[in-house]
Amino acid sequence: MELVLLLFIFTLAAFLGFELIAKVPSQLHTPLMSGSNAISGITIVGAITATGLSDSLIGQWLGFFALILATINVVGGYLVTDRMLEMFKKKGKGPK
Amino acid sequence: MNAILLNIAYIVAAVLFIFGIKMLGSADTARRGNLISALGMLLAVVVTLLNSGMDFRWIWIGLGLGTVIGVVWARVVKMTGMPELVALFNGFGGLASVFVAWAEFQKYFSEGGIGGIDNATFIAVIIAAATWIGCLTFSGSLVAWAKLSGKISGRPTILPKQRLIAIVLVLLSIASVVAFGMFPNGFLAYGLFLCVLVAAIGLGLFAVLPIGGGDMPVVISLLNSLSGLAASAAGFAIQNNVLIVAGCLVGCSGLILTLIMCKAMNRNLANVLFSGFGAVSSSEETEVEGEMKAVSVSDAYYVLEAAQSVVIVPGYGMAVAQAQHAVKELGNLLEENGAEVFYAIHPVAGRMPGHMNVLLAEADVPYEQLVEMDSINPRMPTVDVAIVIGANDVVNPAASDDPSSPIYGMPIIRANEARTVYALKRGQGAGFSGLTNKLYFLEKTRMLYGDAKETVAALVSEFKK
Repeated sequence: MELVLLLFIFTLAAFLGFELIAKVPSQLHTPLMSGSNAISGITIVGAITATGLSDSLIGQWLGFFALILATINVVGGYLVTDRMLEMFKKKGKGPK
Repeated sequence: MNAILLNIAYIVAAVLFIFGIKMLGSADTARRGNLISALGMLLAVVVTLLNSGMDFRWIWIGLGLGTVIGVVWARVVKMTGMPELVALFNGFGGLASVFVAWAEFQKYFSEGGIGGIDNATFIAVIIAAATWIGCLTFSGSLVAWAKLSGKISGRPTILPKQRLIAIVLVLLSIASVVAFGMFPNGFLAYGLFLCVLVAAIGLGLFAVLPIGGGDMPVVISLLNSLSGLAASAAGFAIQNNVLIVAGCLVGCSGLILTLIMCKAMNRNLANVLFSGFGAVSSSEETEVEGEMKAVSVSDAYYVLEAAQSVVIVPGYGMAVAQAQHAVKELGNLLEENGAEVFYAIHPVAGRMPGHMNVLLAEADVPYEQLVEMDSINPRMPTVDVAIVIGANDVVNPAASDDPSSPIYGMPIIRANEARTVYALKRGQGAGFSGLTNKLYFLEKTRMLYGDAKETVAALVSEFKK
C-alpha cells in the first residue's frame, strides 16, 4: 500500500511538473535549468540519512560521497543561478 | 524527530519547490523564486539533520566540504564557462543519486539481501533504475562537459561499431536490471548491480559522444531532466517522498525545456539523440553558387557608419572568443551614431538554452535590445546591416529553402533578408555542424575573417577615430 501511495505522489508530481512551465522567455532558459538542477540536489536528504544511519562502513562511505556531490550541486547550483539572475535584474532596471 | 512532523516539513519543502520553479519561469519573479526554492532545500536539510540517532561526524565534514567547493565554484566561474558548469552539476546530482541508491542496496545486502522484504522486486528494480539513470546522467554529463570545455572535440565523434555497441549496452542494461529484480540476494545480486552501473556509464558515453556541439542545448537540458528523475528514483529506493516529488518536478519541467529546444530546431528528441546528425556527409548537399567575399574592417566601418538600423546576431563563436563586451561597446557606438541596434537571439544559439542571453546580460546589454527570433524576422527586410557574430546554422537560409539540407525546416533568424550582411568568422571552413552556410555566399554578404573579439575591437577603434 505504501508503495502505491508513493507512485500516486509521483504521478501527480509528474503532471504538476509538466504544467508548471508553460512559456518561458528564452532569457530565463539558463537560470531555469540551473535553478531546477539545484532542486535535483534534493538527493542530499538521502545522502545525509545514508551517511548518518548506515551501519556498514561501505554504506557510510557511499553516503559520504553522495553527500559531498549533492552539497556541491545544491550550494553551487543555487548560488550560480542567483548570480545570473542578479545580472538580469540589474539590466531590467538600468537606464533605458 | 517525529516522523509525522518530518513528513509535514517535507511537504512544505515540496510546496516551496513548486512555487520556486513556477516563479523561475517569469522575469520579474525569477530571483525570488530561486530564493524560495533554496529555502525549501534548507528546510528539507535541517529537518533531516534533526532526525535523531545519527552519527554526525561525517555529515558535517561532507556538508562542509561540499559547501566550500560549491561556493568557490559558483563565485569563480566565468559566464562563458556556464554551459560546462551546468553540465558538471547535472553529473554530480546524478552520481549523488547513484551513491544514495547504492548505500541503500548495501544496507539490504549486509542484512541478508532485498529478497526477504515486502515488495522486494519493486525495491530491487527501483534501486537498479536509480543507479542506471544516475550513472547515465553522470557519464553523459561528463562527456558534455568535456566537449563544452574543449577537452575533447565538440564535433560528433563516431566510434567504430558505434551503433552495435550502443545496442549491446541497452540490452545489457535491460537484462541486468531485470535479473537484479529477479535475484536480489547475495553476491550474484552485487555482480548484477555492478553490471547495471557499468552498462549505464558506457551507454552515457556512447550516447553523447556522437552528438555535435550544435545540439548541446538539447542534450544539456535533457541531462538536467534525467538528474531529476535519478533523484526521484532514489527517493523510491529509500521511500522518501520529498525526493520523489522534487526529483519528478525537475524531471518533468526539464523535459518541457528539452522539448522547447527541440521545437526551436524543428526536430524531435529521437532525431537529435540518435541520428548522428552532424556526421552527414556534405557530398549530398547541393553545390552552392557564388563565392565568399572577404572585406576589410575599414570598408565595413563605412557601411556601418551609414546604417540606420543594425541587427547583431550572436552565436557560439561570440562565446568562444569572449567577445560579448566588445560587441556591447560596438552596439553602443552604433547607437550614438544614430542607428537602431537590436540583438537577435535564436533559442538554440550557443551551447545551452539561453546561452546568448547570459553572455549579453553579463556585458550589460539592456534587456530591451534583446529580441527573440519571431519578433525580429518580420522586420528583417528593413534592416540595413545584419552582423552575424560566430553564428552559423541558426542563420543558414538552407534551413528554409533547401529540402535536401539536414537542417531543412529549422526556424532561422533571417539575416539573409537584411540589406547587407557582415559575417564574422574564424576561418573559411564549415561550422561545427559541418554544413556549408549559404548565407556566406550571397551577393550582399561580406566576410570578416579572424577572431571575433579582435574584429569587433577593430571596428570599435574605427568608430573612435
